[in-house]
Amino acid sequence: MSSLNTTAEPSRWAQIWNSNIAYSFRRNPVAVVSLLVFGVITVMSFLAPLIAPFDPYDPAQMDIMNSEYPPVWVTGADPQFMLGTDDQGRDLWSTILYGTRLSLLIGICAVGLQAFLGISIGLIAGYVGGRVDSLLMRLADIQLSFSTLMVAIIFLAVTQAMFGSETFNQYAIYFLIAVIGVAEWPQYARTVRATVLAEKKKEYVDSARVLGFGPIRIMVRHILPNSLSPIFVISTVQVANAIISEASLSFLGLGMPPSQPSLGSLISSGFDYIFSGSWWITAIPGIVLVVLVLVINLLGDWLRDALNPKLYKG
Amino acid sequence: MSLLSVRDLSVKFAMRDNTVTALNQISFDLCKGERLGIVGESGAGKSITGFALMNLLSRPGYIDSGKIQFLGDDITQMPEAKMRNIRGNEMAMIFQDPMVTLNPVLTIGQQMVETLMAHRKLSKAEAEQIAIVKLREVYIPSPEERLDQYPHELSGGMRQRIIIAIALLLDPQLIIADEPTTALDVTIQADIMELLLELCESNKVGLILITHDLGVVSQMTERTLVMYAGRIIESGRTREIINDPQHPYTQGLINALPQQTKPGQRLKQIPGNMPSLTSIPKGCPFSPRCEYVQDHCLTEAPKPVQYTHVEVACHEVNRLHSDKAEEMN
Amino acid sequence: MFAYLVKRVFQAIAVMFVISLIGFAIQDNLGDPLRELVGQSVSEEVRQELRDELGLNDSFLTQYLRFAGNALQGDLGTSYFFKEPALDVILKKLPATLELVMGASIIIIGLSIPLGVYTAIYPNTILSRLIMGISIIGISIPVFLTAILMIFVFAVELGWFPSYGRGDVVHVFGFWDTNFASLDGWQHILLPSIALASIMLPLFVRLIRAEMMEVLQSEYVKYAKAKGIRPWRIYFVHALKNTLLPVITVGGVQIGTMVAYTILTETVFQWPGMGFMFLEAVNRVDTPLIVAYLIVVGFIFVVTNTIVDLIYGLVNPTVNLARMGA
Repeated sequence: MSSLNTTAEPSRWAQIWNSNIAYSFRRNPVAVVSLLVFGVITVMSFLAPLIAPFDPYDPAQMDIMNSEYPPVWVTGADPQFMLGTDDQGRDLWSTILYGTRLSLLIGICAVGLQAFLGISIGLIAGYVGGRVDSLLMRLADIQLSFSTLMVAIIFLAVTQAMFGSETFNQYAIYFLIAVIGVAEWPQYARTVRATVLAEKKKEYVDSARVLGFGPIRIMVRHILPNSLSPIFVISTVQVANAIISEASLSFLGLGMPPSQPSLGSLISSGFDYIFSGSWWITAIPGIVLVVLVLVINLLGDWLRDALNPKLYKG
Repeated sequence: MSLLSVRDLSVKFAMRDNTVTALNQISFDLCKGERLGIVGESGAGKSITGFALMNLLSRPGYIDSGKIQFLGDDITQMPEAKMRNIRGNEMAMIFQDPMVTLNPVLTIGQQMVETLMAHRKLSKAEAEQIAIVKLREVYIPSPEERLDQYPHELSGGMRQRIIIAIALLLDPQLIIADEPTTALDVTIQADIMELLLELCESNKVGLILITHDLGVVSQMTERTLVMYAGRIIESGRTREIINDPQHPYTQGLINALPQQTKPGQRLKQIPGNMPSLTSIPKGCPFSPRCEYVQDHCLTEAPKPVQYTHVEVACHEVNRLHSDKAEEMN
Repeated sequence: MFAYLVKRVFQAIAVMFVISLIGFAIQDNLGDPLRELVGQSVSEEVRQELRDELGLNDSFLTQYLRFAGNALQGDLGTSYFFKEPALDVILKKLPATLELVMGASIIIIGLSIPLGVYTAIYPNTILSRLIMGISIIGISIPVFLTAILMIFVFAVELGWFPSYGRGDVVHVFGFWDTNFASLDGWQHILLPSIALASIMLPLFVRLIRAEMMEVLQSEYVKYAKAKGIRPWRIYFVHALKNTLLPVITVGGVQIGTMVAYTILTETVFQWPGMGFMFLEAVNRVDTPLIVAYLIVVGFIFVVTNTIVDLIYGLVNPTVNLARMGA
């Protein structure tokens, strides 16, 4: 019995290692480096409370006297603050770690919400068909024709004006996830619906129905696995977009407040000081943001090439 | 006189870390005005042969070796500009599915005129006149009006007639028709084939008809090539191949025809499937499905040899023939 | 054709109706018009009287109908801050924003088609790889960061271009201030236009490339080759038109995103357009101005989408406009 297990284990790994996708991954240095960078950023930001020398959320650790120290490689730096300090005297390195965590968290949660809504709606539309289908797809068309960012800006602006900054800031993270998450479900819904329509015709779905499986089981267990690769591809691009949207909203002052800054709000607060020479408050979080989004986009590009046989052949 | 002469043509596909042979050293000739059928299952390499003759293989396929002499010049060595002058002009092609062959955003007239103007110095009005004449030849009603129509306004049969008219626009020497009726409604398939035959005969155009349908081949062509897994396994006059096939695969194909089966009897299928190009067996590619298989069939690929009236690539053709003779007696 | 037009206009009206409902809901719930009018030092009785007078105690439907009726006559309320009709305030800011969008659109349309077509035809040249590499970096940099970067490099460090405002605008046609009529105006609009185009341009290059590559694999392109058509004709007559059809659809959707990006660009460059004004209005809780902005942007949006749809129908012969209207 045990010998069986030990032989099964490596062969399974070998299977993954030799699969098309793993092969194309190994052959693509850009993808490897991107995944590595993404992994490092993610792990470090989620370990922020352990790694960061300061707690940017703790006002007791902030001293306005420490504000605007440059990074250590610039003259006039304080060696205590590796990447310098921001306008409020917060250690920039710690703040960036926490900020990246927030940006990633919002991006991933928002896309999770999008995926959940989109997949459910897509499955229902495709499986039920008829009027429900045309109604849902009509809704998707309308939703798509409105720019997410525009809707988000107006929604958040009104919310902020309605609740006042204080209450808004407290719940900003939930508002952001909700507004970015709700807006882009049609992407998923359309893809999933298309797969459902294609799979529904196939025999195995009929036989599953004849065997008496309920529609939910058929959809989740049999149809959904077939749309996994497009869902993966969409998700990577969507996470990158969501992070950009969050940063843009926070930059406009409609997202995370300066007391709990994401990368976007950090850049925003630094922007006021760019003319006085304190470039690092904008530049360093800016670089982190761009690198983070870039590696996700590069991974998305590679994933699309690897998973989409239509593009792979061309 | 020879119009086309193909010698040892091999086509390969560059895959992930190796190459796959799609055509394995095929050779055949075509005389002026002659009609040749290429028969085989899908994946046997029929369409690839057609595109190779046009030098239009799309990546990752490429001509690995061999010669294609057309009107005395070798197409495989020809510069692109000269080749372009042959395509549509000396050698025209009819594609499989008329629903996707014509460009959806260009009118029929534009697509006909551009073909003429690519090869002849003509004004647009002159080109349109020729187009109308050719449309009339393929029995398109009110051809003048068709010129301004878009493909989606026409039926599949109508579109395929227009594609035949386009093939004839420049009075080519050779037309390659790649399954010209498989995408069409059964009721109009025969009409299209009849039209093609009539036009080829009256214009003395050579025809290479690629199909999986032996019945069509027997009506349309003078000679036939039977392809299997990228090789020609049997070739000769169509009548002889149909009436007295020598290769076990060809025999199987003919026995599988519904006409060869009595009512109520099961169709005689050849057991198994054609191997995919990535897993062609060593030796004779047909050996795993062949009932006459011997040891040397598994190790050595048979060369085509003249046998009775046809050329056939089979080690066991002698034995097979005597078996059949016994059966007849 | 006419029926299609009617149908499209009908849809547009339906969307405008929904937008006006949202706008009214915001107006109804956001801020207190009484406080803006009379301050807080007024007794509750007087307040109630005023409320009755202003119709604030009427039913929702009556109030909405009044709101919609006024809106149709161009009355979107009076800005608390500017003490002027909100629509007038916005219309004064409109040319600045539209010129910015125009500048960016010229850059996007002028560059994305040649770059997209080139990279599709020659996917393996060094230049193509370079273009694709830059484009993926381009879509990864948020608009506001590009804007900041451009200010930092070209305005602060190099001093070649001004960093904010519209500069010398020329008053034309009696109602429009333009940047395109003076050198100073051009200098001011260049950086914001590039910044606004910076994320959309690579997006369109990639889209056009992907669509074009797919079209180049199609049967009708193979067939055109088999007819002996010259490559340039295949690329620009056979393939490009088919490529642009889906691009037009996406372009229509992106117009909305572009308006959102103007808010970012205008904020960074302190460009006196609608977006900049909107954020100020939000900070001042200037409700009528917020609502007016929403309705004007919604209107622009619906109009451009309708136009894009019509263009698509005209360009694509397989869309039968007459039949679609039925």
